[in-house]
Amino acid sequence: MSVMAPTTAHESEAAETHEQRAFGFWLYLMGDAVIFALLFATYVIMVNNTAGGPAGKALFSLPNAAIETALLLVSSTTFGFASLCSKTGNRGAVLAWLLLTFVLGAGFVFLELREFAGLIAQGAGPDRSGFLSAFFTLVGTHGLHVSMGLVWILIMSGQVMLKGLSVPVTSRLFRLGLFWHFLDIAWVGIFSIVYLPGLL
Amino acid sequence: MESPNAEHGLRSYLIGFVLAVVLTAIPFYVVMTHELPLQSTMVVIGVAAILQILVHLRFFLHLNFTSTPKENLLAIVFAAVLIFIMVGGSFWIMFDLHQRMAV
Repeated sequence: MSVMAPTTAHESEAAETHEQRAFGFWLYLMGDAVIFALLFATYVIMVNNTAGGPAGKALFSLPNAAIETALLLVSSTTFGFASLCSKTGNRGAVLAWLLLTFVLGAGFVFLELREFAGLIAQGAGPDRSGFLSAFFTLVGTHGLHVSMGLVWILIMSGQVMLKGLSVPVTSRLFRLGLFWHFLDIAWVGIFSIVYLPGLL
Repeated sequence: MESPNAEHGLRSYLIGFVLAVVLTAIPFYVVMTHELPLQSTMVVIGVAAILQILVHLRFFLHLNFTSTPKENLLAIVFAAVLIFIMVGGSFWIMFDLHQRMAV
């Protein structure tokens, strides 16, 4: 009976099980939150250790941080729309929203890499001071997470295309959503602790 | 059955988005204009960040006290306790050390 369970019963359980199945992933996210919290703590402790080098005020750009913030926030919202469309079974709309989310996230990573390259080019790389080591570690860890999220979005787009919106696929989409929204929360911490106070 | 759910979801994301935009615009504006003294600016940034994180948890991650599984809430509270101890402890030790060495 369990093997031949009718799909309708299977699908009505789906909403419940998505959240229940995500518990392990939720624990991972909490572990990640601890990592970010400690990287934030390291940054706050190191922020004045510029070793005679440039401080945040000379290095950070408010417009750049604002655009990065906007890209990530809009991408979080577009991912939300993808989740909603996956509930109504609209495969094309899910793919379109995922693609838009990917483009916005890629824009974010591009701006961040450009900022890093600019800093390193002007001699303000991670080896310049304790402050810059902490900065690159914190912001780079977040950027690495976003990049991994982009890879995951591509993989899930492929699965939606090839496998359709089956229960396992929507279950994975649900966890990708948790991951993506979580990264936006980490970014709120970054612009509030790194960029805005640095530019005061 | 699905459509009221979906509408509720859409409204949730849109409310979350608008609140997040407002809570981002306020601290960026304050920093851009330099109108407030340093301390008040820091308070504005801090309060806006905490509120925005709560907005994200509520409207994007859909955390609440009714439908979210209890063990998820327990995990987030446990993580918060860990963060409080580790971050608070690090600050305590490092700033104390800083003061003692800054003679």
